[in-house]
Amino acid sequence: MLETFLQNFLNALQWGSFYALIALGYTLVYGVLLLINFAHGDIFMVGAYIGFFIATFLLGGYALQLPFALAPGVVFVVTLILTMVLTAMVGVSLERVAYRPLRRKGAGRLYVVITALMCGLLLENGNLALLGASRRSFPELIEKTVYKFGGVTFTNVKVLVIITTILVFVLLETIVRRTKLGMAMRAISYDRMAVPLMGIPADTVIVFTFILGSSMAALAGVLFAVAYPVLEPYMGVLIGWKAFIAAVIGGIGEIRGAFAGGFLLGFVEIFVAAVFPSTLRDLIGFSVLLVFLSFKPTGIFGVAKTTKI
Amino acid sequence: MQRYNGFILFALGSLIVLGLSHGNLINAYIQITIMFIGINIILSSSLNIINGYMGEFSCGHAGFMAVGAYVTSVLNMWLFASDRVFGPPLLPPASAVLLFPVTLLAGGIAAALAGLLVAVPSFRTRGDYLAIITLAVNYIVKSSIENIQVIGGARGFMGMRKVVQSMSEVLDVPWVMIWVLIATGLSVWLIYRFVNSTYGKGIVAIRDDEIAAEIMSVNTQRMKMVAFMLSSGLAGIAGGLFANILGYINPGSFTIMKSTEVMVMVYLGGMGSLSGSVLSAVGFTVLMEVLRPLQLFKWVVIPLLLIVLMLFRPEGILGNRELSDVFPRLKRWFGTEQGGK
Repeated sequence: MLETFLQNFLNALQWGSFYALIALGYTLVYGVLLLINFAHGDIFMVGAYIGFFIATFLLGGYALQLPFALAPGVVFVVTLILTMVLTAMVGVSLERVAYRPLRRKGAGRLYVVITALMCGLLLENGNLALLGASRRSFPELIEKTVYKFGGVTFTNVKVLVIITTILVFVLLETIVRRTKLGMAMRAISYDRMAVPLMGIPADTVIVFTFILGSSMAALAGVLFAVAYPVLEPYMGVLIGWKAFIAAVIGGIGEIRGAFAGGFLLGFVEIFVAAVFPSTLRDLIGFSVLLVFLSFKPTGIFGVAKTTKI
Repeated sequence: MQRYNGFILFALGSLIVLGLSHGNLINAYIQITIMFIGINIILSSSLNIINGYMGEFSCGHAGFMAVGAYVTSVLNMWLFASDRVFGPPLLPPASAVLLFPVTLLAGGIAAALAGLLVAVPSFRTRGDYLAIITLAVNYIVKSSIENIQVIGGARGFMGMRKVVQSMSEVLDVPWVMIWVLIATGLSVWLIYRFVNSTYGKGIVAIRDDEIAAEIMSVNTQRMKMVAFMLSSGLAGIAGGLFANILGYINPGSFTIMKSTEVMVMVYLGGMGSLSGSVLSAVGFTVLMEVLRPLQLFKWVVIPLLLIVLMLFRPEGILGNRELSDVFPRLKRWFGTEQGGK
């Protein structure tokens, strides 16, 4: 009994880690721009694909090859870093091409949201049209070792995912709380009008936010591909929507919230699947969300805004 | 007299379409496209009540459509056709001719009740949190249908053709087309009357300023409930028609993708513009069919077109205005009653 519980606990931690890492991108962008970046789930997909191409290239899977062979561990690290950089560029170019012109025009928030939705569709269907519908299997970058601890089994990948997520949390909290850029981010979410007047370059801060969010999505993408090595163009849709839900449960705009919400959603899904038939997973998960939001509409860490009349 | 011009125009147009499809002068493909245009008009104009006039962000319209589709088709199968699960028909199949609108309406009512799932949380929640609730309702509806094995679960539900067939046996006219046209006309008229009435202006007041609206004695809770129920009820009717056109439904047709499609139509036409919604529903459906030869690239071209449209005209085709504001001459012809197509 305790063993199954611990096993599910570990699985939930890993599953929640993915949600948390993706939810982070939603929450960061929302905190600064008040924009729900619906293309974010697809940025995660793009990250996984970029990771796939880089890893295959580094392992010598293409005609153009590196003159020297790399150790598997090095390949993993280089793939991770390159993927994060490239995916961040994708995210920033979305911001430059689609969102910034709209912001300059002063278009309503919902129009930007619909543009974001369209960007997401464009990314996933562009991928489908260019690369075809066939699934791709991610090369095995880390040799899976299975550890047994009592009755609980876990792999090194699982441990890696969980530890990375916790490290990312600490890192981001430090960036947002301790650095000047983080202070600027918090300032923008506090008062968007006053920030440019104080000489803070708002656009730079926004670009930085997109870099952070997209690179975290890329990180999640590569880790996800290592854990579940099947890639398809629509892999980001469902996980993206659910990560968004996680961000909202936690209180959107709060980094702590993204992590709390992500892990909470992971736990609900894994434990529901453990007790009930797994077809009921979405049903119960979303019903819990509905009830939760009816009683606490601002999420776990969100603060209700008071409106002045 | 001029206030009936819109109605007369719509009736004439419908009669022409009906005559053409009855005499098989237009092929089945065009007939189905016309019916889908009708359904998309109902969907986009009903979502416009929430997203346009009330200024909330509802992204789960397909969920209500699913409720309507399933309730209507299950009722139809139970009452008028013999089925593996529901056994022999309860009523003579010929009575489907008279009772079809009743089952359609029942689907609408069931969807309106499902709309309460969103309406009640909306008393306390606004904006993005409400968007999540609508999203969750869409998922809840879809996955509950998947889990009810009696109505086919994830495999889908079929057999509605039998009902349509027994209706044609009584009188050989394109029944589904008739009901699509009637429902389209009625729902556009209903929405037009609703948002232009003093009572319905309350939802526009909620969009502009909820607190001020409440001070001005608008019963905001009641208005929200009415708006959500009307919108989701009409979506349910559209769903019921959708099921009877295709003769087969499965939960996979009512995903976020479908909701996104409806949302695109609303924003394309312009929020808070009824004629915009109607125009964009027609335009979007035709565009989808025209781009069909592109196959996979269709869903690359459509988002791209919309992104470009947003960059150059972010408020949609008509923005917040009606067609009669853009072309003031229309007012002379249609008076204040700018119903119909």
